[in-house]
Amino acid sequence: MAKKKSDLFEEALKKLQDLVEKLEKGDLPLEEAMECFSEGIRISQFCHNKLEEAEKKVELLLKDQQGGWASAPFEAARANSDDQENR
Amino acid sequence: MLQLNLGDESGILTVSKLNQQVKTLLEEKFPFVWVKGEISNFRVPSSGHFYFTLKDAQSQINAVFFRARNRFLRFLPESGMQVICQARISVYEPRGEYQLIVEVMEPLGVGELQLAFEALKKKLSAEGLFDPARRKALPLCPQNICVITSKSGAAIRDILKVLEKSPYPVSVTLFPVAVQGPGARFEIAEAIESANMLTWRYEWDLLIVGRGGGSLEDLWAFNEEVVVRAICASSIPVISAVGHEIDFTIADMAADFRTPTPTAAAEWVVKRLEQFHRELHGGRDRMVQVMKGRIENIGLRLKYLESRITHPKRRLENMRLTLDDRLERLTLAVRRSIETMRVSHGHLSGRLLYLKPDAHIRRCRAELDRLCKELVLHHHRILDGLRLRLEHNISRLEAMNPLSVLMRGYSITSRVSDRKIIRSFTDTRPGDRVYVQLAYGLLECLVERAEEIQTEKEG
Repeated sequence: MAKKKSDLFEEALKKLQDLVEKLEKGDLPLEEAMECFSEGIRISQFCHNKLEEAEKKVELLLKDQQGGWASAPFEAARANSDDQENR
Repeated sequence: MLQLNLGDESGILTVSKLNQQVKTLLEEKFPFVWVKGEISNFRVPSSGHFYFTLKDAQSQINAVFFRARNRFLRFLPESGMQVICQARISVYEPRGEYQLIVEVMEPLGVGELQLAFEALKKKLSAEGLFDPARRKALPLCPQNICVITSKSGAAIRDILKVLEKSPYPVSVTLFPVAVQGPGARFEIAEAIESANMLTWRYEWDLLIVGRGGGSLEDLWAFNEEVVVRAICASSIPVISAVGHEIDFTIADMAADFRTPTPTAAAEWVVKRLEQFHRELHGGRDRMVQVMKGRIENIGLRLKYLESRITHPKRRLENMRLTLDDRLERLTLAVRRSIETMRVSHGHLSGRLLYLKPDAHIRRCRAELDRLCKELVLHHHRILDGLRLRLEHNISRLEAMNPLSVLMRGYSITSRVSDRKIIRSFTDTRPGDRVYVQLAYGLLECLVERAEEIQTEKEG
């Protein structure tokens, strides 16, 4: 199983922070600094892309005949909501 | 006969001491009890403390429920109500009465739930399920959220209301469950397990388990062991969001993060996303800033170094320029010193000219001439003087010469006899012979008369 997205984010942000701190120390040779920089930009671009990918959607999970779960748009479900009115 | 050993004080207690010891005994023995019974004689004086008697068919005990504690009560007790109290026992020494100090009170039935709550809490706590170290890290960027709650309840509406306004996209999947009623605990627990199994497909990074506010019974499913264990077992981080601010369930203790309400859970998600974005941007901006600064610095340094490099031709030119400059300065200096010398030479020759012996000689000669002239002049003057004096003397001499007098017509008369010069008429007498000497020749004359006259001339 691939790494979970949240872990990726966590790692990415940590890495970005490390890179920034490394850069801020200012004792890196320029070559290395450039590498750090492009790595940092790559990471932040990656995070941005991942964030862009995310979509705003609301789904409802429904149990199908086989006992598995399937998702359906929530709005439809909300429209014909049953009378199970829990506060 | 009762034998009292009055001397042995240790056997006799004062009332105060007795009450004191009873107090200590009771408080140590019953630091904490659950008591159920019926409230009677309930009264609330202005202090706000509740005073009442707790009784059952056979017995009764006084109780006090202090204001500080009873504020949190969600119902108003009244006489005749069956309640269960969590209390300690204390003795009011001045009156020798013991009473219950109530800490928590629930209507009976609920009171039993409370006991179950405490029991489960104790049990699970002993297992270490509430250990903070067990808590899973919450996602930095929660984007895919699975909400386990009723699909028609207030919780999901509240959560969606907040998330809809989120500037960052959040995907929500609702796992519909009953949150109250007999099957609720199993549905909730199963949902948590299913969510964990389905996460490979949905990639949920957060579970929100909760419901809106309600009575203790309504919220009870979240105090059920099966739910609490499911929360602890979840590999997806769980946020509990049960009821209102004051509701506290065992699920809250087991969850990785407790929010007081479903709305607060959603707000936490939004805040977390905001923070993530801020950090991401901040990190990126800082990095760009640092790099920019670095590159700018290097650029400046490069420019500086470049400016210090000079083309050999330019260097030659520079040298030529320098050479020209030096030469010019040299010429100028020489010229200037010649000029200076010329000026001082002029001065000196002027002075020399001034000091030339020619003039001196000329002057000496002139002086000499002058002196010679003067000498001659003086000489003449002296000679003239001498001559003058000589002539003067000569003239004076001549005046003295009797001849010169005779020349002027005068004559000298003398007697012939004795040659005596006759100066007065008295020196002679008529008839005498006298000589009259003239300028030229001598006369011999005879005196005819001799008398005095006014103006008389011999001759």
